[in-house]
Amino acid sequence: MGIELDVKSFDDALKILSKNYKIFAPVRLKGKGAFSDTDLVTYGEISSYKDIELNEKSRYSPKEVIYPITQTLFYFTEDEYKEPEIDDKGIIVFLRPCDANSYLKLDNIFLKNGPYEDNYYKRLRDKVKFFIIECTKGFSTCFCVSTGSNKFLDYDVFVRFDNDKITCDVKNDEFSYAFSGKEVEFIPEFIEKNEIEVKLPDIDKISQNLEYVFNHELWDEYTKRCIACGRCTVSCPTCSCFSMQDIFYKDNPKCGERRRVWASCMVDGFTDVAGGHSYRQKYGERMRFKVMHKIYDYKKRFGTTMCVGCGRCDDVCPEYISFIKIVSKVTDAVDRGESK
Amino acid sequence: MTNVYMPIKAEIVSIIPQTDIDYTFRLKSDILPQHGQFLQVSIPKIGEAPISISDYTDEYIELTIRKVGTVTDAIHELKPGDFLFIRGPYGHGFPVEDFKNKNVVIAAGGTGLAPVKSIINRYNRNPKEIKKLNILVGFKSPKDILFEDEIKKWKEKFDVLLTVDNGDETWKGNTGLITKFIPDLKIENSDDTIVIVVGPPMMMKFACLEFLKRGILEENIWVSFERKMSCGIGKCGHCKINETYVCLEGPVFNYTKSKQLLD
Repeated sequence: MGIELDVKSFDDALKILSKNYKIFAPVRLKGKGAFSDTDLVTYGEISSYKDIELNEKSRYSPKEVIYPITQTLFYFTEDEYKEPEIDDKGIIVFLRPCDANSYLKLDNIFLKNGPYEDNYYKRLRDKVKFFIIECTKGFSTCFCVSTGSNKFLDYDVFVRFDNDKITCDVKNDEFSYAFSGKEVEFIPEFIEKNEIEVKLPDIDKISQNLEYVFNHELWDEYTKRCIACGRCTVSCPTCSCFSMQDIFYKDNPKCGERRRVWASCMVDGFTDVAGGHSYRQKYGERMRFKVMHKIYDYKKRFGTTMCVGCGRCDDVCPEYISFIKIVSKVTDAVDRGESK
Repeated sequence: MTNVYMPIKAEIVSIIPQTDIDYTFRLKSDILPQHGQFLQVSIPKIGEAPISISDYTDEYIELTIRKVGTVTDAIHELKPGDFLFIRGPYGHGFPVEDFKNKNVVIAAGGTGLAPVKSIINRYNRNPKEIKKLNILVGFKSPKDILFEDEIKKWKEKFDVLLTVDNGDETWKGNTGLITKFIPDLKIENSDDTIVIVVGPPMMMKFACLEFLKRGILEENIWVSFERKMSCGIGKCGHCKINETYVCLEGPVFNYTKSKQLLD
């Protein structure tokens, strides 16, 4: 069963929810795009229906809601380490199934990899309630069906935005109080076919032919084309690498912070060790490292493909490099290599 | 919630200069690591870096730190009585229990000696734990030699071959890369010999190949990797090679695994 709302009653619901939750959704920031007179579509806090941008894919993913670009881990005064406080409110995120699935991918790294849970991630992640935006058409560079990220059933509320008619499936009873409207038949729908289909490589075949795939000439093209700007990794909802950064305050050098900031395997310095040695200096090698993580080795470690098929990396690349195309080339190479 | 990034304060009890740029810092600590594990070492407001533990007792740990970057430069400014901040130990060390009653060869290049020094000192204290120990250590030049006093002590009990890549006018010892000396190394019963190789990537690669030529079994060769790490606990991603996290599954690897770590 669903509840049908008009814009006003939906806004009323948001208002009620906002007492206990910060509410995030894709928003359009006028004039904030990379080029003059363009807008930036990204995730931000909202308070009403009109704030939500539903017609364009967001350039950045909702990962920064739970994993900020820069996150202070400690404040230092002399030798004291103090952990920053966080907001008491819960977090509601309006997001599409691919992006909701990306949170589960991040969970594997931050909560399940190694013996410890990352406390800074967990304390935000535990607050998250999923409000899924129904997505049945996707956008031109989406391939979530190929990566198996087109569905997300473990939602709190599922929302169909049909112009000014909004239908919600409130699965989590905790939120029933906020939604009042007409009860209607409602079966949430998910996209079943994207415009683009990508065949992912068989990971066992890669494992058996690892050297062949790693040394394949297909990567050489990207040594020439990629400029190692890292846009693909910044826009990726599943990229989670970070570097530690300590700073001191200029006006009081005795005080400072330890932060973590997003890092990118595509950008210089990612592998630098003491004394000047580094790994993967060629951009093609970095491309291989990134692509293989998304479609091969993460799956080997956690049993699920890392890439959620949102296509943002293809949208943002200044060199028009297509991840989709690389994946197809890898699959081809693996299939052909194996038949040799 | 436990803060996994919270370090503990450890007092520097003494500083032993090894070379102009390598100092050994002895810290008051009751951490009992595995041989070959590492710590995340930091100075607030300067930064944090992974450092392998070069030795330990139940009262102190030693870190041999080369002055090569922002954090290590600042560490070198510290004096006894100052504090370092540490968290760990992290990763997997050398499985010394499996080395008991075997011939052991340790080949270390440069600062690669630090992560294996505690093993050598373990055998120095209990020589009967193993059948025989051969030590091969190489440094760039005579002025880069680390742990000179300890190397002298080891010579009393074990076969130690010390070499430098380039000697100077006063140097009377061996010259040449470690790999040069592996073919002539006395190895009895190569099937039952454990080899530990730690050093720069190229040194490790070619030294392992030389040992394989000598009939050492792949499963008896152990190496330790150096990688950039920001967390030490499998989150930051810097040390990942394929599906392997050096901070979690390593930094010590068996050769059967390390040979598959394509980078």
